[in-house]
Amino acid sequence: MINIRDKSASIWESWSPPARSGFVLIVITLVALLPYAGSFGPTSFLDTPISSYQAVLVYPIALFVLMGLGLNIVVGKSGLLDLGYVAFFAIGAYTMGIMGTMTSLNTWQILPFGIFFAMLSGLLLGLPALRLRGDYLAIITLGFGEIIRIVALNLSVTGGPNGIVGVPTPPAILGQKFELDDHAGYFWVILILILLVIWMIRRFTIRRPGRAWEAIRQDEDVAALMGVNLLVYKLWSFTIGAAVGGAGGVIYASKTMFIAPDMFTFNTSILILACIVFGGLGNIWGVILGASILAYLPERIRFISNARQLVFGLVLLVIMNVRPDGLLPRKKREKIRQKEAV
Amino acid sequence: MNLQVLESQFWSLCLQGIALGFIYVLISLGYTMVYGVLRLINFANSEVFMIGTFATVVAQVGILQNQTDSQSLHGFRLIYTLVFALLFSMLICGFLGILVELVAYRRLRALGAKPLGFLISAIATSIVLLETTRIVTFSRPQTSPRLLDKWSFGEFAGANFRIDTVMVIVSGVVIFVVLDRFVTKTRLGKAIRAVSMSEENSKLMGINLNRVVSLTFFIGGLTTGAAAFFYTTVYETTQFNVGFNLGLAAFTTAVLGGIGNLRGAFYGGMFLGVLEQFSSAILGSQWKSVTVFTVLVLVLLLKPNGIFGEAVQQTRT
Repeated sequence: MINIRDKSASIWESWSPPARSGFVLIVITLVALLPYAGSFGPTSFLDTPISSYQAVLVYPIALFVLMGLGLNIVVGKSGLLDLGYVAFFAIGAYTMGIMGTMTSLNTWQILPFGIFFAMLSGLLLGLPALRLRGDYLAIITLGFGEIIRIVALNLSVTGGPNGIVGVPTPPAILGQKFELDDHAGYFWVILILILLVIWMIRRFTIRRPGRAWEAIRQDEDVAALMGVNLLVYKLWSFTIGAAVGGAGGVIYASKTMFIAPDMFTFNTSILILACIVFGGLGNIWGVILGASILAYLPERIRFISNARQLVFGLVLLVIMNVRPDGLLPRKKREKIRQKEAV
Repeated sequence: MNLQVLESQFWSLCLQGIALGFIYVLISLGYTMVYGVLRLINFANSEVFMIGTFATVVAQVGILQNQTDSQSLHGFRLIYTLVFALLFSMLICGFLGILVELVAYRRLRALGAKPLGFLISAIATSIVLLETTRIVTFSRPQTSPRLLDKWSFGEFAGANFRIDTVMVIVSGVVIFVVLDRFVTKTRLGKAIRAVSMSEENSKLMGINLNRVVSLTFFIGGLTTGAAAFFYTTVYETTQFNVGFNLGLAAFTTAVLGGIGNLRGAFYGGMFLGVLEQFSSAILGSQWKSVTVFTVLVLVLLLKPNGIFGEAVQQTRT
């Protein structure tokens, strides 16, 4: 099968730097205009049966892309299997919910707190858990995700099973107001976060942490022998991933104005993981493509409402059987090198 | 906190914990066997268990025509019904295990996919199983008829030896011992252990790899099906989402005892079952999973390979 990733990479490399920046600007502009793509006649098919296209574009699509990129740092870049990513999302959302209703701080002021608490919990969980081998890490993170949900379900400060109602929406920024049925503003906020994360990942990838993650992912023992401090770099990757999840949670709580424990189940963790594996693990563009498809598909096929999860499962199964490395896999070059090494 | 139960119900909680533990052990064999051979987590096993609980109900109500409101059975008809339902559930789950392997693993193995690819395809399979059951049963819980008159053998040290508790423990022991013998003594069991040591070398020794993998999934399904039968007989109700919590507990069981290690799974199950009973009695059942996972993290910190370690012949390179 043709490898789209390598084809486009070689085209990209043949361009001059100004052409590259121009292309990036055009793409960002086009993406920023996406909220209006549904308002033209022929594209109204984008609307999903229950919610408008704009609403779906913010949640789940944009938010899933953001979280997918965050989880990709943990799973894709450094090869740590995290099955409880939703915990960090929940911590961000509950930070927003509790601080937003109890203090007079607004969303933008709470955002750093949400990120901080998510990172802190990532650090506290990671310190014991990251010393363990991959499969054990998987079950511990899975358990952590469930624990956060159970704690939220049983404490009074989180509103128990009823959750927190009346989370304030963000105040206007640069004249852009944020209201319940105005989705474009939220989309742009998340888009800015996504661009920040992409920029961050790209910087990390070519620097020391990125190389350390790559080494850890390929072979932990060899990496340790070469002097990579496993625990430190794993913690880095884990907490940065947690920070992205926390940021997503704050924005999500502020947008929906209501949070409850049943929004943060194991299924969400799995769905985000499915997004990045489906798209192509470790590849930013694959993750974005996978998250967009898997977030949009269940909403679009809501007309077969009862069977939509079934169809979703079947599609996932078929694609994984046809392309086990995802739609846009990691660079082929790396694979060839691996084969030569063998 | 309610520490009084420690005094008043100590042995009763132990007994219930052991019975629950056996159900966990039997499900966890579905994870541990597959992990031992393929080094992959069989995520669809929880849904295989779920299908097994429904298969038990179908065997009792659909095939043997026992009505929900009918009197409990006695004598030959009781034994016949129980054995038939047990075998039916086991076989359905066993063949479902083979099917799961064919659909979710076989092609990916041939393509040489990475472990995460298997994980997602197994999860996709479990979504398909779960959703199909949900649609077919209209999300309604299914009640299983009370076939077994739940009389008690009597009380010893405050523990109530009820017939269903005893049945779970005795059959659990029997199934476990048979499986353990099978894996250590028979030719096929040796093939399974050989593959778990080294896939490449066992192929060179003329072992049919695909057949061994199918067999492993079949055996895992059989024990999971037995667990499903016991669960349905004891709790008398099932629903499409029953698999998640039990699957999670069983997976924890496998990890506690050292995943890939059969006897470890046994001790892990006993430990987890008793721990769950005590923590729900002392702290309240809503904190049960929190306690379990705290203990799991502590155990793994102290013994990174599980309490009893991964089986010696299976240490990874």
